[in-house]
Amino acid sequence: MVLDANWAVKWLTLCAQAMAEHRVELIELDRAIGDSDHGENMDRGFQAVLVKLGESTPETPGAALKMTAMTLMSKVGGAAGPLYGTAFLRAATALGDSAEIDPAAWAGALEAARDGIVARGKAESGDKTMVDAWTPAVDAARAAADGGSTDVLSVLVAAAEAAEAGAVATDPMVARKGRASYLGERSAGHRDPGAVSSALILRAAVGAAA
Amino acid sequence: MTVSIVVVSHSEKIADGAVELAAQMAPDVKIIPAGGTDDGRIGTSLEKVLAALERGSEQGSGDGAVADGTVVITDLGSAVMTAESALEFLEDPAGVLLADAPLVEGLVAAAVAAQGGADVQAVRKAAEAAGRIVQQAEPASSGEEELEPVTSAPPDCTGDFELVNQAGMHARPAAKVAGGLASLDAEVTINGVDGASMTGLMTLGAGKGAVLHVEAWGADAERAVEYVGGLVEAGFGEP
Repeated sequence: MVLDANWAVKWLTLCAQAMAEHRVELIELDRAIGDSDHGENMDRGFQAVLVKLGESTPETPGAALKMTAMTLMSKVGGAAGPLYGTAFLRAATALGDSAEIDPAAWAGALEAARDGIVARGKAESGDKTMVDAWTPAVDAARAAADGGSTDVLSVLVAAAEAAEAGAVATDPMVARKGRASYLGERSAGHRDPGAVSSALILRAAVGAAA
Repeated sequence: MTVSIVVVSHSEKIADGAVELAAQMAPDVKIIPAGGTDDGRIGTSLEKVLAALERGSEQGSGDGAVADGTVVITDLGSAVMTAESALEFLEDPAGVLLADAPLVEGLVAAAVAAQGGADVQAVRKAAEAAGRIVQQAEPASSGEEELEPVTSAPPDCTGDFELVNQAGMHARPAAKVAGGLASLDAEVTINGVDGASMTGLMTLGAGKGAVLHVEAWGADAERAVEYVGGLVEAGFGEP
């Protein structure tokens, strides 16, 4: 399996599919602790990405991710727009003009994306945000890549599984960032919608390579 | 050429309304709204913000002057993030400054400073000074610390001026004073508030007959005191 521009297009297409499928679930999660627009916004943003992909075919994974960044920042509307937009933009910058992504490059792209989210949202691990999905994903991808894995699929899987576990781990947390932080202790007992959508995005990356 | 201002709000109506309000006090300043999403929903749009920044940086009416920068004022959290993202997309973000200021008070103060010819740093400063006044007005806030005198050194120049116009220090005089002072190289307090802060001056509630005690530090200290004195003695051009 090679992660090239075709893979990136398939990944983004599966992201759009996942957001459409999980739109209601994300809305429900966000209704509990936010303003219930996360599913709607993510679906709209990725549908706009699909439209862009229909208009032109990116030549590199980096180009695909940069186009996605711009589209999400312009179409999502809420906080997820600049956060995911920054994540995709930083990942695109990390990948540069490479035609293919190897395990180390994937770990590097995830790390750049996570750092972008942290810089933009000023959130840390444990704040009950998407960072709580991204940081375990970065660590898992890095460990897999550093462990000498040449099989990029196993690195994608490690990142996705860690993000999913990270999302589950937000359940008992008390939110310290974003709209949910206004709820204080009452935010505990609900899963963070941003962490869930992050896990969906990283799971779609596996699906595109499988 | 003056500094331009971009207003980023989740609501198109808020951005447009705030611009309309500020334009009353700063008719010559280019103030550009970037409110709502592309399709008119509540939210923010990178494309809208980038387009507004583009307009803000455009040259003036063919006088060859170089744009003196743009100050961006935002409302809620994700508007800040969208504005920051826009800076990341700009090829040349130099001269574009984000102000950490409340939207309406900060915008009016910034617009007035820009109208008075302040540079981009001073315009941002004027916006942020408006924010400190708002914080101070909240009882549980510790914002007062930030309003301590800028220096413990004695002022380089002082002056006392009695207000002679009927209405006293209302919005337009405060705008004139703050706008002029923001463009000078001086730290100025008037009865203890930041002289470059329009909202600060308005909180003085100084009516006709009140005396303004002006203290100024810095290279333009004397000019600053003379500027305030001249305006006050002329009754701000009002009866």
